[in-house]
Amino acid sequence: MTLVFCAILLWLFGWWLNSRLASGPYADTRIVRFVAPLVFGLTVIGIWELVVRGLEVPLVILPAPSLIAVRFADSLPTLWADFVQTIIKGALSGYIIGCGSAFLMAIAVDRWDFLRLGLLPVGNFVAALPIVGTAPILVMWFGFDWHSKAAVVVVMVFFPMLVNTVAGLREATAMQRDLMETYAATYWQSFLKLRLPAAMPFIFNGLKISTTLALIGAIVAEFFGSPTLGMGFRISTSVGQLSLDMVWAEIVVAALAGTAFYGLVAMIEKAVTFWHPSQRG
Amino acid sequence: MNSAGIRAIWAVLTVVGVIVLFWYAASVPMNIKGVLNEFERAGEEVDPPKSVDRRDMSEFELVIDNPYAIDETWEQERPRLPAPHQVAEELWDTTVEKKISSKRSLIYHSWVTLSATMLGFAIGTGLGILLAVGIVHSRVMDLSVMPWAIVSQTIPIIALAPMIIVVLYSVGIQGIIPKAIISAYLSFFPVVVGMVKGLRSPDAMQLDLLRTYNASRSQGFWKLRLPASMPYLFTSLKIGIAASLVGAIVGELPTGAVAGLGARLLAGSYYGQTVQIWSALFAAAILAACLVGLLGLVERTVLKRMGMAQ
Repeated sequence: MTLVFCAILLWLFGWWLNSRLASGPYADTRIVRFVAPLVFGLTVIGIWELVVRGLEVPLVILPAPSLIAVRFADSLPTLWADFVQTIIKGALSGYIIGCGSAFLMAIAVDRWDFLRLGLLPVGNFVAALPIVGTAPILVMWFGFDWHSKAAVVVVMVFFPMLVNTVAGLREATAMQRDLMETYAATYWQSFLKLRLPAAMPFIFNGLKISTTLALIGAIVAEFFGSPTLGMGFRISTSVGQLSLDMVWAEIVVAALAGTAFYGLVAMIEKAVTFWHPSQRG
Repeated sequence: MNSAGIRAIWAVLTVVGVIVLFWYAASVPMNIKGVLNEFERAGEEVDPPKSVDRRDMSEFELVIDNPYAIDETWEQERPRLPAPHQVAEELWDTTVEKKISSKRSLIYHSWVTLSATMLGFAIGTGLGILLAVGIVHSRVMDLSVMPWAIVSQTIPIIALAPMIIVVLYSVGIQGIIPKAIISAYLSFFPVVVGMVKGLRSPDAMQLDLLRTYNASRSQGFWKLRLPASMPYLFTSLKIGIAASLVGAIVGELPTGAVAGLGARLLAGSYYGQTVQIWSALFAAAILAACLVGLLGLVERTVLKRMGMAQ
């Protein structure tokens, strides 16, 4: 019971610390903006640890963070193999194929008005559908290995990417297009020098949405069948064996991979669209 | 209707028509091997006659050599790719022809999934809006919670789903609640992020105006911030409900649930009932389209009455 009491104390301390930070003189500095969420996160983990130990919550319901960390450190080779199978082979290859083909399709859609009128409503419609449901079909077609996961990812990222890119390619204003016309620019010159750069913020928006979708697709597709490795496979079998510390370790990997992937794309975006108002601030 | 509208409808119909045609065309090579194997077993003449020889041949070659089998590729019982009319027939059979209470009725399965989705969506959006209000009004919460809400958008949190189902099952909770919890947390974060953006959307000029009126904080909230946030709210609600539906479907996978669209998908993939998988998939798609469409309708009416529609 004392541990639970400590948890309450820790909560109060974390709250006090953050309110001091938030109302203090440095509230708007980058350090506080970085430290405050960190304090919050650490407080939550601390309370989790204390409450689980204090109330003796069984392992099969909620393992303590320290146990998860130990499991994480112990099974690094397994986690790495799962990471390579699911993220590198499944998600990343599907992401590249899906986003690449959506980009090429978007150029075609942008060039022919009829295609845009017809395909864009269909694309918007499909983007809202529960596409992960295609996983059992694609697993049946492409087998249990990573190819079927990549296929699911391709289907998942294609339409959000298409819709965003098409919207972006229409972003250049009539005035700017006219200017290119007065320069006697060809279609491709105007495309490369005006419309593609103008579309970049939208394209990166699509790319960023797609990072999360890619991970979701690759992991959920493994619930429908996979070789004996992969993050989705590990999660579903470890849940079956009630070794929840392994499940949490896998989730930590998924979280790290997700944020790193997103962060990477955001970093490239920053370098490419340095001219855009949202990046200047 | 003006001519631009008619042209747009023609364009959509053309694209859908092309997709259906492509689908029919694709079912021929996809199913040809299975059809030829059936023919061989029935004692009919097939070219080449041994299935071993056919295994490594290209599908297109087989189609050209056995053109009489093309009809049959659209009528198989367990095709690799069912033709559109087979899926449509199955959908019709399992919705209109079956009683709603029947275990084979898709309406029954859709309802199981829909009820979990709606319950979770209501909980998730309710809590999401509350947290967003808290974040906008409290600097501490803004600094400490908001970054995590944003980060959560980049994480495949759906990976938690199997664990939630099993853990809650082990403490005796099953049925609709675990699925609703998954739906709730999937719709929670998009709503928080969208709603915070919306509540912050009034610009300095508008906030200053309220200050000159000597408006209190709560007046500022009810008369400016909340109405201004509505377009953002609806945008995130549409994302949230789609995520909720995915959550409910995925929540039905790990325990081998017997009812729901996810269970139909899983059962179909275990027993190779492809037509059943496709019909469940379409049922899920129709459900998602209806939910998003309904929210769009509400959005249009609300924004129109508030004078915010463009």
